[in-house]
Amino acid sequence: MSAELLIAIIITVVGASTPILIAALGELVVEKAGVLNLGVEGMMLIGAVTGFIVMFTTGNPWLAVLAAAIAGMLSSMIFAFLTLSLSANQTATGLALTIFGTGLSALAGQGYSARPVDLFRSVFPAELATHPVWRVIFGYSPLVYFSLIMVFAVWWFLHKTRSGLILRAVGENDLSAHSIGYSVIGIRYAAVAFGGAMAGIAGAAFPLLLTPQWAERMTAGRGWIAVALVVFASWRPFRLLAGAYLFGLVMTVELYSKAGGGILSTIPAELWAAMPYIATVVVLVLISLRRTGSTSAPACLGKPFLATN
Amino acid sequence: MAEKMIGASLKDIKKDPNRTFGPPKLVVSRLSTRTEDEFGVAVEEVSFTVRAGEIFGIAGVAGNGQNALLDSLSGEVLGEEREAISLDGHPLGLLNTTGRRKFGLCAVPEERNGHAAVADFTLADNSVLTARDRLKMVVGGLIDSGAARTYTGKVIADFAVKALGPQSMAGSLSGGNLQKYIMGREILQRPSVLVVSQPTWGVDAGAAAAIRQALVDLAAEGSAIVIISQDLDELLELCDTLAVINEGRLSQTLKVGEASIEEIGLLMGGVHGTGEQVHIEAGGGVAVQA
Amino acid sequence: MQFRLEKRPQPSRLMLYAAPILAVILTMLVGGAIFSAIGYDGPGAVREIFITPLVTSYKWQDLGIKAAPLIIIGVGLAVSYRANVWNIGAEGQYVVGGVCATGVALATYGMTGWWILPLMALAGVAGGAAYAAIPALLRTRLGVNEILTSLMLTYASVQLVYYLVRAPWKDPMGMGFPQTRIFSEAARLPTIIPGTIVHLGVPIAILVALIVWFVMARSLFGFQVRVVGAAPHAARYGGFSENRTIWLALLVSGGLAGLAGMLEVAGPFQRLVPGFPTNYGFTAIIAAFLGRLDPLGVIFASIVLAITFVGGEMAQTTIGLPAAAAGIFQAMMLFFLLAGDLLIRYRLKRVTHQPTEARA
Repeated sequence: MSAELLIAIIITVVGASTPILIAALGELVVEKAGVLNLGVEGMMLIGAVTGFIVMFTTGNPWLAVLAAAIAGMLSSMIFAFLTLSLSANQTATGLALTIFGTGLSALAGQGYSARPVDLFRSVFPAELATHPVWRVIFGYSPLVYFSLIMVFAVWWFLHKTRSGLILRAVGENDLSAHSIGYSVIGIRYAAVAFGGAMAGIAGAAFPLLLTPQWAERMTAGRGWIAVALVVFASWRPFRLLAGAYLFGLVMTVELYSKAGGGILSTIPAELWAAMPYIATVVVLVLISLRRTGSTSAPACLGKPFLATN
Repeated sequence: MAEKMIGASLKDIKKDPNRTFGPPKLVVSRLSTRTEDEFGVAVEEVSFTVRAGEIFGIAGVAGNGQNALLDSLSGEVLGEEREAISLDGHPLGLLNTTGRRKFGLCAVPEERNGHAAVADFTLADNSVLTARDRLKMVVGGLIDSGAARTYTGKVIADFAVKALGPQSMAGSLSGGNLQKYIMGREILQRPSVLVVSQPTWGVDAGAAAAIRQALVDLAAEGSAIVIISQDLDELLELCDTLAVINEGRLSQTLKVGEASIEEIGLLMGGVHGTGEQVHIEAGGGVAVQA
Repeated sequence: MQFRLEKRPQPSRLMLYAAPILAVILTMLVGGAIFSAIGYDGPGAVREIFITPLVTSYKWQDLGIKAAPLIIIGVGLAVSYRANVWNIGAEGQYVVGGVCATGVALATYGMTGWWILPLMALAGVAGGAAYAAIPALLRTRLGVNEILTSLMLTYASVQLVYYLVRAPWKDPMGMGFPQTRIFSEAARLPTIIPGTIVHLGVPIAILVALIVWFVMARSLFGFQVRVVGAAPHAARYGGFSENRTIWLALLVSGGLAGLAGMLEVAGPFQRLVPGFPTNYGFTAIIAAFLGRLDPLGVIFASIVLAITFVGGEMAQTTIGLPAAAAGIFQAMMLFFLLAGDLLIRYRLKRVTHQPTEARA
């Protein structure tokens, strides 16, 4: 394998992993606060269509990402209001949000399909990325660096700051956090909002980073894979990074197998397309085998909290 | 004040002073469980015998394996030894709760909501939960809701449960009334062996007295009864014999009336009465030579 | 004026049945307002989507054939959700059921006989149940969350359809289109009302819902499902095995989704095409909730959803509403329903202020 090809593969893996990583980081924080939001896929689609439309009309990728984050956050507030303020079932509400996001994005994106936009390209000077090795470091979209910074930021927030400690306390034992005087509902609202913004950005990464156009359901279940990755990573940011890149690799093999020839090309393309989903199931099985006894899931995950005064 | 009230109600219990016991009914021999979670305490090699007409108490400080013992006696958690639990000579060790109830072993766990009863279900449905076989509420796989309502109505009447009727939701009852319903639901099945945990926990004095009297009456009819309780006064009042559970181990069986409070207290504190020498130091501390 | 939530002593029966109706009415009001706000004819959209299909008699047959798969899948999901088993991969089980039925249809191509359709139904049920058995096995043996596995398998099943119609099952006379040949007469579902498109699947759907309703309401199996879902600890105390219930819930919901797949492929489609996965499996989730996880309720909910499907299609041509509009209305119904659920257990109580305090 030539160095050129290797570098091309690395760049593709990084690109494919980035949206999953961003969405999963958001969901990790949400789940750490004790909330299970299964609407990631729907929020990503809303972010994707928002990001695309803003990019299409303004041509400004920064504005597109910002708009996608706001759209994702707003959509997550529907979930937050229903589950946190009205104590609705989190599983069902998350599903409803995904169905809603699928429909809303299709509606908003009507008439935009097959219209190309520019990708969100590297902001470094082109001279920096001329040499292949430098390209591996400086050749990416700002979204990629954002995702990597966020891995560290989320880890630092959760484990090194007081606010992070409070957020984890709310997820582990909502009743005692409440009795100490913290607003369980308020903190969960903030966590869900963050998760929504991250899902929105992750969605925007599809038109801005991967395929520069809008297509209905273009996130193709990646939001669900992000939810699975959080479990896979045992709610730890750096494991999430490893998991996301592993999935990026699986998806990249699909792309190269079609072009590469040899034994890999005899496998039907549909099997490759199904591979990320099958891999998710396999990964879930593997971690359940590894796990002994207690799980590392936040203790209050998915349970409604009703303050009784 | 509360003590006085309870004291008064305890005195109201009518027990036949000349009662006699029949042959061994419930025989537990070397029953052990595995811990299910990190906080649970397992029981180790627990053995005891309860005769027909006898009330056997298990005293102990909370969290010493009482839950594991109740779950393994009721059949909620299955053991591996067929012979570890037997009723009238029938080995029950491998049967689940339904199988054991068919042989006449009924049980009441400590937690009312979500364990002994389903809050979102009607009382009639809660009767189906445990009384369906002994009261023939299921015919050909279908639930005879008339039979369930009739039986529930009888429980409500006989145990003076304050509820609107068999169609009331279990969750709408007060804790004491739900406990009366649960105890009544099991006692009126006329079980051959009844195992109960904390029968009067959180129940007002009057209701507690009624429940205790019902247990005494059930024993008088020839049933063997096991009461797991942290309320030593209650056990001393109700039981004929008792043993103490500590860290999953059960002490020797003591006769109520012969055992001193001090002896029971020491056992509850972790001193096993078998084959061990106990020294009570001057300061009141206890040292054990194992 | 301020309101405070107060727990009701008994869950409100009135709200239990009123909440879905309220949800539909609120969806019509709020949905109409939203569509107006984004530049469409809001009242027109509501009229076209919710009313027109009901008053247009020649569209009733469409309502029937759209509601049938939703009913069959929805009642299965209602059983599953009652047991607190979150099978959200009904779409995949529906697809695999359709694929298995297609396998029988292609294997018996050109043959005649009454037994072909029952055999296809059997294959559909078995296929759907087998596909749901994977999450069941992983959940009961390894504790793997069934939400994620059943959903991932759905995405995989769609690829299976693409593969089959592109390569091994491709119609040799199909001029290169990725689809199977049209099933022979004996493998096609007969219409039951001459001159319409209403096929045998419609009465079967009603029958399935009635049977499942009876089983859930009256049988010990239904009781078991409800106890395990409501209080797993109490279920164990009552002698019901949680794992057994998880298996049964997934096999029943998967099997019924598979049956719906068979009826769709043998009825409206009459061949396997890449467009066979039609999202009935996802919409049926809404049907199950809107129907209060009660099989009879699912019938009504499925008809309401079918109305929005048919109305959504009509609105595309009559007032130029986009195809996605119906989906948004459907999701909104679910949102409002979930919000309204609160009123079953709680009631709004006005907070009475001090008499001296003036209200703004």
